[in-house]
Parts: sequence; C-alpha cells; structure tokens
Amino acid sequence: MTTITTILFFGVAYGMILYLISVGLSVTMGLMNFVNLAHGVFAMLGGYATVTFMNRYGVPFLAAVAIGCILVAALGFVLERALYRRLYGRSELDQVLFSFGLILVAVAIVRIAWGPLAQPMRLPDYLKGQVEIFNVTLPAYRLVLVGFGTAVIGGLWCVFDRTLFGARIRAAVDNRAMAQATGINTSRLFAVAFGLGTGLAALGGGLGADILAIAPAYPLQYIVYFLIVVAVGGLGNIKGPFIAALAIGLADTACRYFVPEAGSIFIFAFVFLILIWQPRGIVARR
Amino acid sequence: MRFLKMRTPILRQHAIVGTLAALMFGGLAPVSAQTVKIGVILTYSGPDAALGEQIDRGIDLFTKLHEKDLPPGVKVELIKRDDTGVNPANAKRLAQELVLRDQVQILTGGQWTPNAMAVAALTKEAKVPLVTMTAGGSAVTLQSPYVVRTGWTLWQTSYPLAQWAARQGWKKAYTAVSDFAPGYDGEAAFIKGFTEGGGTIIGSVRIPLATTDYLPYFQKIKDVNPDVVYVFNPSGPQATAFMKAFDDIGIINSKIKLIGPLDITSDDELPNMGRSALGVITLGQYSPAATRQSNVEFVAAWKKQYGADSTPTFFAVAGWDGMHAIYDAIKAQNGKIDPDQTMKLLHQWSDPNSPRGPIHIDSAGDLVQNLYLRRVEERNGHLANVEFETIEQIGDPWKTFNKQ
Amino acid sequence: MSGMAASSVAVEHIPRSGVWLAKVVPWIAVAALPLALPGYEPLATQVFVMILFALSLDLLVGFAGIVTLGHAGLFGIGGYTAGILSVHGFTDPLLTALCAMVTAAITGLIFGIAMLRTKGLTLLMLTMASAFLLYEIANKATGLTGGEDGLQGVSFAPVFGLFAFDFRGKTAFFYTLAILFLAFAFLRALIKSPFGWSLRGIRENDARMAAIGCPIILRRLIVYVIASAFAGLAGALQAQSTQFVALYSLSFELSGNVLIMLILGGSGRLYGSFVGVPMFMLAQDLLAKQDPANWFLGQGTILIGMVMLAPGGILGVCQRGVAVIRARRRA
Repeated sequence: MTTITTILFFGVAYGMILYLISVGLSVTMGLMNFVNLAHGVFAMLGGYATVTFMNRYGVPFLAAVAIGCILVAALGFVLERALYRRLYGRSELDQVLFSFGLILVAVAIVRIAWGPLAQPMRLPDYLKGQVEIFNVTLPAYRLVLVGFGTAVIGGLWCVFDRTLFGARIRAAVDNRAMAQATGINTSRLFAVAFGLGTGLAALGGGLGADILAIAPAYPLQYIVYFLIVVAVGGLGNIKGPFIAALAIGLADTACRYFVPEAGSIFIFAFVFLILIWQPRGIVARR
Repeated sequence: MRFLKMRTPILRQHAIVGTLAALMFGGLAPVSAQTVKIGVILTYSGPDAALGEQIDRGIDLFTKLHEKDLPPGVKVELIKRDDTGVNPANAKRLAQELVLRDQVQILTGGQWTPNAMAVAALTKEAKVPLVTMTAGGSAVTLQSPYVVRTGWTLWQTSYPLAQWAARQGWKKAYTAVSDFAPGYDGEAAFIKGFTEGGGTIIGSVRIPLATTDYLPYFQKIKDVNPDVVYVFNPSGPQATAFMKAFDDIGIINSKIKLIGPLDITSDDELPNMGRSALGVITLGQYSPAATRQSNVEFVAAWKKQYGADSTPTFFAVAGWDGMHAIYDAIKAQNGKIDPDQTMKLLHQWSDPNSPRGPIHIDSAGDLVQNLYLRRVEERNGHLANVEFETIEQIGDPWKTFNKQ
Repeated sequence: MSGMAASSVAVEHIPRSGVWLAKVVPWIAVAALPLALPGYEPLATQVFVMILFALSLDLLVGFAGIVTLGHAGLFGIGGYTAGILSVHGFTDPLLTALCAMVTAAITGLIFGIAMLRTKGLTLLMLTMASAFLLYEIANKATGLTGGEDGLQGVSFAPVFGLFAFDFRGKTAFFYTLAILFLAFAFLRALIKSPFGWSLRGIRENDARMAAIGCPIILRRLIVYVIASAFAGLAGALQAQSTQFVALYSLSFELSGNVLIMLILGGSGRLYGSFVGVPMFMLAQDLLAKQDPANWFLGQGTILIGMVMLAPGGILGVCQRGVAVIRARRRA
C-alpha cells in the first residue's frame, strides 16, 4: 500500500514540475499560434538564476526562485516585443527555425557564462532528508514541491477563471479578431501573457532544479516532454496540460518502478496512442 | 609588371620557377623522420568536454614536463581532434583523416568505448598503433592487434569489488547501473563475483542515461532492502544526481551499503555531492588523495600548471600514463616509428612509479594495475576518496574468463 | 515561400547545351576530387551522404510542407537495417541498401498513417516522438543493435564483387557519389512531375487542392514514404561507407542538424542541399574547433538572422540577387 502511495506522490511531484514549465507554453501557443520550441530556455534560465543566487549570494531557496521568476518574466516580455512579434504571421517552418536558433544561442551564452557542467543544487537543510506522514516516509523537498506547486496552480486558475485579465486571455485565445474588436489591446496582452508564461517556466525550472538538472543541454534534452504535455493537453487552456502532465508524471513513474526495462518507450508509445485518438489534445479549445 | 613583360633571360626564368617549386614543395614536404606525429581524438565540446579536458591536461602536462627526455633531434607533434562526444562515426572519420591526411604514426585518445571500438577497427587495416586511454569496454583491445589501453575496464573495477563485498559477509545485493555497455559490463562482473563468493543478487535495474528522476528506481531498491547496492554511472553530473537521489530516498542514512567502481564518486563531483557521499566505498585505480610519493609530485605539478583549485582525476592519470607509454616507445625507437615494433614495446611497457602505483601493459593490451578500495571521508575540510586496502596487480578479468 | 513563385515562372532563353553542361560539369568536377585532394575522400563521402539525407528532407519540408524534427529516425532505420544484415552475413552493398530503403519506407508508412492526420504543433511533436521512440527501442535492443556501443562487426562485400571498401575510402567515395547522382535524378524527375506539382499545391493551400479533387492525405503519405525510403538509403550508405552504425543516426541532434543544413542552402530548391550541407560541415569544422559554444552561437545567430532577414537560405538570397540584377538590366 505504501508503495502505491509513494509512486503516486513521486508521480504527482514530477507532473507538477512538468506542468509549471509547460503551462506557459500552452497559453502562449494558444494565444499567438506560434510554435515556440525555445520555451525550455526560460525554464533553464530560471534554474540558473535560482542556483546562482543561492550559491553565490546566499539567498534563501524560495526567494532565489522568486527572483529568478521575475527576471525571466521581464526577459520574456522584452523578447516578445523585440523578436517574437515580428514572426507571428510567418510559416511554421520559419517559427520552428527561429525558436531552434534561439535555443542554440541561449545554450551557447549559458555555456560561456556558467560552463558546460550541470549546476550544483545545494538544497537548504530544511529541505533535505525525509518527513513521515501517515506512516509513509517522503522526501521533504518533494513535499514542499507539491505543496508550493498546488498553491501556484490554484492561484493560476483563479487568475484565469476569475479575473479580468484571465478573461481577456481566454477571449483572445478563442478569437483574436473579435477580442481586438471589443477593445482588448491584444498585442499588449500577448506581451504580458508571454512574460507570465516564461515566468512560470522559470518557476518550474527553479523549483525543479533538483529533478531536472540545470545544464546547458537543458532546453534540448527536455523539449520533447514539454511539447508532449502541451500537445496532449491541448493548446490555449490551462486545465488540459494539468491533466496531461499529471498523467505523464504518474505513468512514467509507475513504469519506472514496475517495468524499468521498457525505459522511455512507454511514454512515447502512450503519447502516440493518445494523439491518434484525440489529435487536438484531450481538452481542445478550438 | 615590366619585369614580366620583358623578355627574361632563361636563367631568370629558371630561378623563378625554381623558387616557386621550392616554396611549394617545401611547404608540402614530408616532415623530417625525427618528428613523431601523434593523433589525439578526445571530446573537447559538449557536456562531456570536462572529461576530455581532464585527459587532455594529463597529456599536455606530461609532454611539457618530459620534452627534455626525448632523444636529441626527436620532436613530438600532437594533432588534436574533437569527436564531440559519444560519436563513433565521427571518431572513425577523424582517425581516417589523421592517418591519411596528416600521416600520424600513433593514435591516442579513445575516451569512449563506442568511439574507441570504431577507431580500433580502423587500426587493423591501417596498421597504426592506438593507445586508448579511458574507454572501459573489455572488447576494445580485441578489435585489432594494434591496440593497447592505459585506462581501466569495468570488469577490472567491479569484479574484485564483488569478491571483496562477498568477503564482508553481505548476502543480498542489488545492482543499479546506467543503461549502456559499460553498465552491462559492470553488472555482469559484479553478479559473477558476488555469486561466486556466496551471495545472491535480489534484483537488478538498468537506468536509462537520459533519466531525470531516479526516485522510482531507488524506491524499489529500498523496498526490497538489500545488504549492499552496486552502483555504476558514467561519472560527472550523473554521479551527483545518483547520490542526491539516494539521499532523498533515505538509502544513504540506512543500513544499506553503497559500493561501486570509482566513477560513482568522481573527485571533481565530490564537492557537489556533499555529505551524501560520506562512507561510500569504491574500487578504483586512482585517487588524488593517495599518499604515495609519485602521486604527491604529480598532483603538485598539476596544481602548479592548472591552478590550486583544479584536481586531477582518474581520467587525467590515464592521459598521463598513456603519454608516458608512447614516449617510452618513441625513445626506444629513436623517433623512427615502426608499427609492429611499437606494439611489441607497448605490450612490454611498465612503470613502477605511476601516480597510481605500479602498472604495466599485458599481452592482451590491457593495463595491469593496483586497485584500491577507498572510502569517501572528510580530509582537510573537504571530501576525498581515501584508500584503505590494496588489491594488487589486476588485469582485465573478462579476458581471463573468455580466453580467445 | 515568397521566392517560390519566381523559380517556376520566368525561364530565360539559354541554349539547351549550355544548361546541360552547367548541370553535368559540377558532377564531373566533384568526381575528380580524389586527384586534386587525396585524403579528403572520407569527408567528401560524408558530405554526399548528408546531401542525400537533406534531399529527402527537402521533399518533405520544402515541397510538401511537412515540417519534421524526427527525420533521423528513418535515416537510422536504414543504417541499422543495412548494418544488422551485414552482421548476419548478408553483405552485398546494393542488396542491403535496397532492403534498407524498403524497411525505412515501411516505417515511414506506419508512422505516417498515424501522424499525417494531424497538423501544426501536434505533427511536429509526433515527428519528434517517433524518432525518440525508435531511438529508445534501438537503445534497449542491445543484442540486436549494440546499444550505445554501436553496431560492431559491420563489413560489406566489394561492390559488384570488384571494388572493396577499404580505409582509404576511394570505393566509398565513388559508390556514394554514383548513388547520390541516381537518387538526385529520380527526385528531380519526381518534383517536375504532376505529382510533384500537386505537392506544392497542397503545401500552399490544401483546402483548394481538396476542392479540385486532389487526395491530400494520400499524397502526403506517399511523399512521406518516398522521403523515408531515401533517408533510409542515406543511412545505409553511411553504414556502408563508415562500416559502423551508432545511435547518433537516430538522434534528435541529427534531425536538427540536417534541417539546419537544408535551410542554410534553401529548402524547396533541390540544389539547396548541395549548397547548405558542405557549408554547414565546413563551418562546423572551423568554428567548433576553438570552442563549441562558438559553434552553437554561430549556428543560432545564423538561423535567427536567416529567418528574419533572408528566408530561403543562400540560394534564396542568390535568387533574389539575380532577380535584382535582371530587373536592372531590363530597366
């Protein structure tokens, strides 16, 4: 029984990290219809910011993550206005090439600045070790991850469903032209949403730095997982990717425990089957 | 312009042509027989560049310090090429170019087993000696009669460890290795040694190289509660990730013992592992903390050249010893390299004073060396692999069990 | 995309023999490479293999409008087929190359049926996932493929029983060049055929093509299968010329690299591959030597710069340059 609980728990933690990173991608892709492969870059930068502030300046963990978020969100905002915006009408190939080029540039810069090795993540002492809950021993770090992740996700859903800003985004996703016609400044909305999306990615990157190691190869290594969450979850909404990320996190974890010989084969086969069944994703908005 | 328009006397024409020809052929002239060209194929780019850099530094340090030992008139030229990582096709092509275009007389490097295998297959046809430095697969030296190694094999670092583990009275073992060929070698070696010593293997897992989250695998290990876990990973950042995961899951502070070959507590990663690594026992051929005189001098020379913060690892020593073997072969032949003679010399090469202790190359081309049992302890405020027991002069056990 | 119309419309009057010469002479010049630059045959052979691979990708990306980041999957399948056959005793190069093409085509068919019903991000992601899936399978099936170690013991019989594959690489050079020539001739004929034109139509506006009765999904599937076959052929050539097959042939990195090579030269123009591949490999050789970060930086900046300023790659730039010159001449 404890085995099942533990697997559930690990799967949820992993899924949450995937979700935090990928939700921004789903929203911005749904909004701008832009294939942005470089989304992992922002998660990576959030991770680098977090570990640098922690290791070099002794900033406490959660504060470092927060700073990382803000910095990366600002960067995302600027990049959207300066670069991304020029490519909105372009062909898919151009967008793929552009975002791939962005990945390469980011990887190079990060490599020059921080070196080719993964960044050491020194968790504060209160996050190390184990905690016992209802007879199950769980790693403290993951516990905090799940707790914090739930809070953030809850907050996100509130913003999306209950605020004017969220409503505007949903409107622009559904029908950009109409939204513009009703007076919503969609281009500014995009920039803000992009900043928000990249900030969330940075949050995921920083929080999850212990699970997804922060190294120059980060965006290339994990891009397929982020894309899977978004494609399976559906574009332009925030609930679909949540279900997708949790499903992937749980399935992957269970597989590793029970059938490790299958490796990652299971995940990809699983994704194929789901997408053949529902090509638009499980919660399609369009 | 006027010079050319004038009818130049025949003599001047000849002089012009002659000068041009001399310049051309001078530029293309084969190097003098006294410059030995050595092709070095390592990984200088990508996430594994740090490992390649270690080997490269070992090579450079040796050549710098021992240049004066070469016979008069003999020079060594190192031609370095980047295989960009585990990429056998690249390595093979680079080796081909080095042999055909640059006319190297000796090849070295051989950082990864797949790359070394590809290059070794080439040497059979091309008849160029290959001194492979850190590729750990046992089969590399079988690919051609022109291959020797100065590193180690997984069987070498895992089989004696398994025997030692069985002698400690541990009965139940679990193996957790990274899912690639050296991992399979290590797994097979450990299983054989441990079961021969009377123990049982209660489970085995092969963890994919691209894994990000190890906890599910390690949870299973914790659930079945072995006495000891044999671990292997490709060193570097993965070693740290493994250690952290073991700590997170609670295996570190439990009664379960962690052992493995030296890759899992690589010295450059120890600072990152932190206290999780304390007490882990590994079997390896080299630790920079070793107190033998030859090592003390080596580490001092290293730090002088590369900075006090830099530490040589077993990768660096493989490069150092490899160059040593090559230099000895060059010296013995006075710079005139004959492939078969070189191989004969290499197969008989020995160094009683390497930083890792006495070593020599055996008839199979493998390096026979001492292996040391080490425990991670705190020394002078930081972590080190401290040697506590020596297993003398082990070759590659796999060759013993698979006599050709 | 904007440059596409220009190539298909204006045809200047150049004497037939002149055009024919301009097209054949480069091939003859390249075939004479071993005389001018001995020792460069292995590199040249690699370039030929990559050109063939890029050509097969051009069919998808440039002509059919199917963007894929998983094309290496088919390349690798071809390579492993040829390699595994040779390890088990079937060593005739031409036969194994044919088998590789067939296997890759079948793989392309299976994946294509599953994937080509989707579009946009989903399709892109599925192409990536398909290659990752194949990579993982090859990685796990170490008994068959050698896993990370690569496939050992690959060796092929002499071509036609006469020309052996040796480490000097001369046989591989001419063999690969010849097959590249034949493949190119076939693909060119395919592009100029009505089928080829319908592909371009589908790429530009598939709704209209459907309206005039063109079976879109079927056409896309057919072109995917053909592209897969040629990618598999390239993979087999790689295995035969290097006598080795490794997991890299199935990797995401290779899929990305070949796409960049193609785009550099210009997609949608068959000659783009001939320009982009050597430039990429040359640049890689130069830039990656000092510091790999420089190479990534260079690649990335060029990609971004190209998308922003020079879509259509080098040939696109050339084409626009020629158009400008012609316009000035007429004025």
